[in-house]
Amino acid sequence: MGQMLKKSHYLFLILVVLLVVVLLNLPTPTAGKLKLAVSGLFLPLFGLAASTHDSLARGADALVSRRELLRQNADLLASNQVLNLQLRQAAEVWRENEQLHQMLKIPPQKPWRLRMGRVIAREPSTWWRSVWIDLGSRDGVRANCAVLTPDGLVGKVQIVGDNRSQVLLLGDPGLRVSVQDETNNETGVLMSTSSSPRENNMLDLEYLSGTSRVRPGDRIITSGAGGVFPGGIPVGRVVDAQPQENGLSTEGRVQLFADMGALEEVWVILP
Amino acid sequence: MNWLNTIFILALAYAGVFLEASFDLFRNLLGAQISLLPALMVYTSLTGGIGAVALLAACGGLWLDCLSANPLGVSILPLFLIGFLILRKRDLLLREHQFAQSALGLAAGALCPLATLFLLLNLGASPLLGWRTFWQWVVGALAGGVLTPWFFPLFGRLRRAFEYPLLQQSSFRPDREIKRGRL
Repeated sequence: MGQMLKKSHYLFLILVVLLVVVLLNLPTPTAGKLKLAVSGLFLPLFGLAASTHDSLARGADALVSRRELLRQNADLLASNQVLNLQLRQAAEVWRENEQLHQMLKIPPQKPWRLRMGRVIAREPSTWWRSVWIDLGSRDGVRANCAVLTPDGLVGKVQIVGDNRSQVLLLGDPGLRVSVQDETNNETGVLMSTSSSPRENNMLDLEYLSGTSRVRPGDRIITSGAGGVFPGGIPVGRVVDAQPQENGLSTEGRVQLFADMGALEEVWVILP
Repeated sequence: MNWLNTIFILALAYAGVFLEASFDLFRNLLGAQISLLPALMVYTSLTGGIGAVALLAACGGLWLDCLSANPLGVSILPLFLIGFLILRKRDLLLREHQFAQSALGLAAGALCPLATLFLLLNLGASPLLGWRTFWQWVVGALAGGVLTPWFFPLFGRLRRAFEYPLLQQSSFRPDREIKRGRL
């Protein structure tokens, strides 16, 4: 009996190892599809969580006083007027920019087509930074679409399902972004850093030249190089920058504008 | 252990993985997320058979990897190995004692991420490593130690709620039976 038990233990061990070997050797597209299929099991719970969140938000809205609502309304009207004026100015600048592009025969920048999505799940493991959002191929989302918030860049779409997608966040080891200093147009690469538990929004800025003029406080935006992220998306602000001991390059740290720990709604730039 | 208990374990693993992905209280409070799976695996291996251990490792690991950016299948083997090792030696363990359960949970919570990291590095992946990872490892290990002893009464109650109650032992004893003679 004991021998039989031992045999069954080793049989299960072999089966599990075989399963793991097969899964780990699946081609990336197949593994992505399998991930989407299995994660579909959680859709009812995600729906339940979203409706609970909505109900709680509605309940909280009902508690806001009329005076507070009127004050918020007045603030919004004022900011709407300012934004309208800025929009007119921006439209004029855009038209002028297009004319200059035509004169110089440079292909004009395409305006962004944005779609808002809600974060439905976060990375459960320790090793990566990712979230799931409730937009998929039905909404026009494709792999590698840039994802941002009104504050700044957040990441890019990794896996796309019909109605949900996995987004790799800035700080994930698999995501490097070509960025530039808005002040002096110097380019570098933004990558993950080994941060402390409380430094969720700090990334390393590398591959700057040894004579770099990047200074703390400079704004960092996407450079547009590489073709994944359109240029000009705000990313963060330089916290410190120091030349390396060999003098060949400069390294710095960037505090991201978007708060990665508090993402609830994000915007996807559609192709 | 019957199928009902295995279903309860899988249901808790399913809910645990979902909460890990959508419940941010611990992440915001401690700066680290807590995983139920290592503690659940300790409970399963101390009370169940190899089938339940393999099922929990396969389902729990697969669910976790599907919601994560992990390579698919990488979480299965560490979970199974923890269950397998405990199962092989469980006759030597004082599994009724809370201290032993807690110590096993702590060890499982500490070993599971290390084994996963070992696998990831061998697969050529470059996961996030740093002080943050170390902190998450400490929190994960402590969570395993705290959660494991809770599963025993929890599943005991669940079983009792869904199963027929045990028959109370009768006070009748055949050796005390009064044999009546012919009237």
